[in-house]
Amino acid sequence: MTSSDTAVRERVTQVLRANADDIADRWVQLQREQAVLGSDLTEGELHEEADALVAALSAALEGGGRPQSLVHTHEDLNRNVTDLSLRRARGGASPTLASLAVQALKQALLEAVRRVSHESDEILAAALLINQLLDAAGALSFEVYVEGREEIIRRQSRQLLEMSTPVVRLWRKVLAVPLIGTLDTARTQIVMENLLQAIQDDQALVAIIDITGVPTVDTAVAQHLMQTVKAVRLMGADCVISGIRPPIAQTIAQLGIDLSTILTRATLADALAAAIPLTDTPGPDGTDAR
Amino acid sequence: MNQRPTAGVPILRLGDVLVSGLLNELDDKSALAFTEELTETIATTGARGVLIDISRLELVDSFVARTLMDLSTTARLLGARVIVAGMRPPVAITLVELGIELAGVETALSAEQGMAALGWYRGASSQERPEP
Repeated sequence: MTSSDTAVRERVTQVLRANADDIADRWVQLQREQAVLGSDLTEGELHEEADALVAALSAALEGGGRPQSLVHTHEDLNRNVTDLSLRRARGGASPTLASLAVQALKQALLEAVRRVSHESDEILAAALLINQLLDAAGALSFEVYVEGREEIIRRQSRQLLEMSTPVVRLWRKVLAVPLIGTLDTARTQIVMENLLQAIQDDQALVAIIDITGVPTVDTAVAQHLMQTVKAVRLMGADCVISGIRPPIAQTIAQLGIDLSTILTRATLADALAAAIPLTDTPGPDGTDAR
Repeated sequence: MNQRPTAGVPILRLGDVLVSGLLNELDDKSALAFTEELTETIATTGARGVLIDISRLELVDSFVARTLMDLSTTARLLGARVIVAGMRPPVAITLVELGIELAGVETALSAEQGMAALGWYRGASSQERPEP
């Protein structure tokens, strides 16, 4: 690092220290102007965030390190930028807003430097330094923003998977699983685990699998259904499949899928009507394969 | 009461039903010994039904599954029904994934259900018939 670089750096740090409050205020003001914010951050929260980040920035500049990588190496600064970005990601702000937030800090900083310095060389050097520093921060904030959103998506799809396979008690010793959406291997696994556990807990004799919400039935889906039915039978309960719509019945027939060993009904109501007699006499009639 | 120590599995006689429970995972040798012992007991006692409780087993390998299937076929030849009761969910899932369906083996949720299926009732109250 040359001596002029060091000088510029000291100068910028000085400006930051001396005008920390002004810069933070200006930054908040700029963000509010850009914004129509959309995000649910209050002015107070923005101020708090700005103060912390400006403080972390000057602390980072005082320590050593290349300005381009400071945002990764300086722990405090890194955490502040990450937090800022995550807050916007979770608050539902657009990606543009999240990255503009950091760009606005650059503008606030440059304005502060211009106020105290009148030499164009010096301003240029300071501007370069600030650019190096905050461009890296902008890149980091964008990366964190995307990660934050992806985390939300992952969590939601996991919740969706769990919620989409409820096991309901329909009648005494009769359970039902309304399946909605496509039935792949992972879903089958979850359905099977939930259903078998519920059968054991409830000592249920009949399980109805309702596939009204399954858009298409191909050989793979049929295979998964058969597996579930077999597992249920191994437990000692019986299985009825309901909600087979006419087009799906046609597909099953055309594909030559053999569901003849499984009791099937057109509607959940029919299936329940067929299931209740099975629970009356536990044993020979209830457990035999049909 | 017929109880022989060879396979380490007790076989109890309750009227015309034999009751047995697998407590630990069987190795191949004791599985064979168990089959032999049970078959003989069925023949000598003229049992009409056999209940095998496996609710304590956390693992059923393909050999034990095979043994159960053979046992059920043999017993049927001797005029007895075999009911395997109380299989745990993880065991059922594993067997299905292995492609073992225990074809021809009757199953029941619990020993009680199995006994009921074999025509054993504790009394009228245990039938629990719902109101129509």
